[in-house]
Amino acid sequence: MWQPLFALARRDLRLAARSPAETFMGVVFFLVALSLFPLGVGASPDILTRIGAGVIWVLALLAVLLTLDRLFQADLDDGSLDLLHLAPAPLELVVLAKCAVHWLTSGLLLVLASPLLALLMTLPPEAYWALPLALLLGTPTLTLIGAIGSALLVGSRRGSVLTALIVLPLYIPVLVFGMSAVDGVLLGLGGRTAFLILGAMLLAAASLAPFAIAAALRLAAE
Amino acid sequence: MRSAVAAADDGATHERAAAFEADGLACRRGGRLLIEAADWRLGPGDALLLKGANGSGKSSLLRLLAGFLWPAAGSLRHGGLDVFADLPHWRSLLHLIGYQEGLKPSLTVAENLAIVTALLGGSVARCGAGLDRFGLEALADTPARFLSSGQRRRVALARLVAVPRPIWLLDEPATGLDAKNRSRLEELIDAHRQGGGIAVVASHGDVALRSPHVLDLGD
Repeated sequence: MWQPLFALARRDLRLAARSPAETFMGVVFFLVALSLFPLGVGASPDILTRIGAGVIWVLALLAVLLTLDRLFQADLDDGSLDLLHLAPAPLELVVLAKCAVHWLTSGLLLVLASPLLALLMTLPPEAYWALPLALLLGTPTLTLIGAIGSALLVGSRRGSVLTALIVLPLYIPVLVFGMSAVDGVLLGLGGRTAFLILGAMLLAAASLAPFAIAAALRLAAE
Repeated sequence: MRSAVAAADDGATHERAAAFEADGLACRRGGRLLIEAADWRLGPGDALLLKGANGSGKSSLLRLLAGFLWPAAGSLRHGGLDVFADLPHWRSLLHLIGYQEGLKPSLTVAENLAIVTALLGGSVARCGAGLDRFGLEALADTPARFLSSGQRRRVALARLVAVPRPIWLLDEPATGLDAKNRSRLEELIDAHRQGGGIAVVASHGDVALRSPHVLDLGD
């Protein structure tokens, strides 16, 4: 049962490695868009410090969204989506494997880049661990929720705009608790509860989203 | 001569199908009844040839047989069991070669075949036999984006050799194939049937099957 899942994960990792432009698009967007903020709102450190964590979270959300529309579309276009249905493994686990690789090639890169961004937004030193930790818990949830929208709209033209419309409202809880986790640490209030809620949302998404994604893909196969 | 030897080699790994029956099978797409009341009874070694004009529902029927569509009426049984009752098991028994090959353009031919083989639960050690069967050894390290449509089709068909499964659903399998590869395909289907497999082939008549059952979907 595991062989098909590993095969798929290896394939997607290899595809990501072969097209670095597409893979790094999300994180490069993240960096470029963020570097506009000091220019746009003025480089005054207190403004940047105050809005920093929020800006980083919103951009992380958009960066994940940007990489989502190819998640199933490429497989649909070349016919390999049908093969996923014929694999001797439950479709729910197959899509979970795809989401895991998507996170490795999008969310994880944002986590790794985030300390640099905290520096850019003149956040206090606690942010160097609080921000990556919050993103580490939050970005997989973004991938899983986003994959539902991506699977629902696979094959439709203008899919990426519609995916954004469907998915962004669902991202709000992650944004709210991601923000309050980081802010809690920065303001010295302790963000423990918010971190725990982020973790709980990740567990809920990881256990429920695969069923929704698989159901959407079954509809798409008709 | 060479392919005769290959056929003998493959013989050991062919899987036997059980009786595959349709009873009053109907297929509706977009509100239109494409197929009404199709019946057949195929045993191990049988082939079903789907004939019909463009748009007569050949591809839809094959997708229905693969469990991607639900029948509007009727039943489909394999070994006496309703295939829609245990779709994952049914899907693990069949190959569907559709009009798209499912190849990743940036991966090489060998990589594409190895990944599909592993994905379908086959043994990667058999990939060589698949490449060999359709004369793809020389192209093994070529990225799939450089292949012609006939070559892409051959890579997809190599899957049939690499992963032994008893039921083959082939949608216009000879599209783009030259005469040599078409006869390789015909030999492969023949060997599959001799090993007890079942093949359902949608074709405009470019694949010669030995005494097939015929389902004419008209126009």
